[in-house]
Amino acid sequence: MAITRGFTGRRRQAERDPRLPPGQYDVGRSWPVLTAEPTPRVDAERWSLAVDGLVANPTTWSLKDLRKLAGEASDTYRGDIHCVTTWSKLDTSFTGIALDRLLEIAQPLPAATHIVEESTTRYRTNLPLDDVTGGKAWIVWEHEGKPLSREHGGPVRMLVPHLYFWKSAKWISKITLLDHDEPGFWEVNGYHDRGDPWLEQRFDGD
Amino acid sequence: MTETGQDRRLAAVWRDARVVEVRHHGDRAVILRLDVPDRVIHRPGQHYVVRLRAEDGYTASRSYSAVSAPSDDVVELYVERVPDGEVSGFLAEVVEPGDLLECRGPIGRWFAWDGTTPALGVGGGSGVAPLVSMLRHGLDVGRPELLSLAVSARTAADLPYREELEAAGALVALSRAPGGFRLDAASIGAVADPGATAFVCGSTRFTLAMESHLLSAGQPTDSIRVERFGPTGDEEETDE
Repeated sequence: MAITRGFTGRRRQAERDPRLPPGQYDVGRSWPVLTAEPTPRVDAERWSLAVDGLVANPTTWSLKDLRKLAGEASDTYRGDIHCVTTWSKLDTSFTGIALDRLLEIAQPLPAATHIVEESTTRYRTNLPLDDVTGGKAWIVWEHEGKPLSREHGGPVRMLVPHLYFWKSAKWISKITLLDHDEPGFWEVNGYHDRGDPWLEQRFDGD
Repeated sequence: MTETGQDRRLAAVWRDARVVEVRHHGDRAVILRLDVPDRVIHRPGQHYVVRLRAEDGYTASRSYSAVSAPSDDVVELYVERVPDGEVSGFLAEVVEPGDLLECRGPIGRWFAWDGTTPALGVGGGSGVAPLVSMLRHGLDVGRPELLSLAVSARTAADLPYREELEAAGALVALSRAPGGFRLDAASIGAVADPGATAFVCGSTRFTLAMESHLLSAGQPTDSIRVERFGPTGDEEETDE
């Protein structure tokens, strides 16, 4: 790969924040919005989340139900998020409920290996079950202590912060457990199937 | 222009493109025309990633929509200068014809139009870039009537490719020009077409407003495709 003539980079590698995955930059306090479809108005009173598919106990929760269950330390995430379009937002916080606690109730069957997240917009994104269990995923309704705004997926979105952010569906309404991988919206539109920022799994073929 | 699996794999490969032309748009932007070896032909609306590489291996990359028509011999990118932007600043200030730039693409199969079905492009500021590729392609394939355009910026100077857009009959709204107007519910209502795919591109604020005008005008939700554009799509960004 050619060196770009005259390019030294604003930040030398040595000074680079170690929390930034390769090819990412720090957006600081701002939080860019990226969505492929019109931003819906979802009524928090009528919103619900279903966990279905290969589970022993398919369950649907209202936001009120989830708030009642929530409140443990593990229900808040503080850390970094990374978007495939090369921005990262460092040391930010989200509050909701750990997905592990919902899966405990729904009880995945042994055959379940993958999930598909689905939004009220019918946006879908897929993940191996291992990427959303063991303290790696949340259902969140607050950002930095304030209700999550509509353009950032409010009232309630998924949060899978160790992967590029298109894996964290906005306006989440359903999580379906499957015994196979089922590529979602961006995954059939040229993006990587898993999206690990530390491996720069941005596009199909990376 | 059907994209094959092989095209996709080829598009993902990084290659060294040669800069054949650099045009400065004042201090707002730079237009780069790149000769891309073994190029995979893009569909209008798709983007390229440009990656700068320092001697010590440090890299910085950003995505830019192709502005050129698929039939063009080279790929044209419109690079808006972001205040303090590491990549856009370098592209605007340092890059000269003859330089090599690492790039890959075309990428994205959602915000793309193949020139065979009715389309409506709604763009704000630098968000017109992918729409200009659509416009050029529509003319190329002899179907310019399939594409309607409504574009907006604060002033004439804030609207890239303004003459080309006007010549194509685009509705051009200049919100802060004397006698200017905004793309509001009424003007979007006049161009909305439930039978067309709407491609909306611009800042977050712009796209949110346009989506809501389109929906009120009866444009079906699933016919609207959105690309947030501009610096980082920040909420603070306010071009209209």
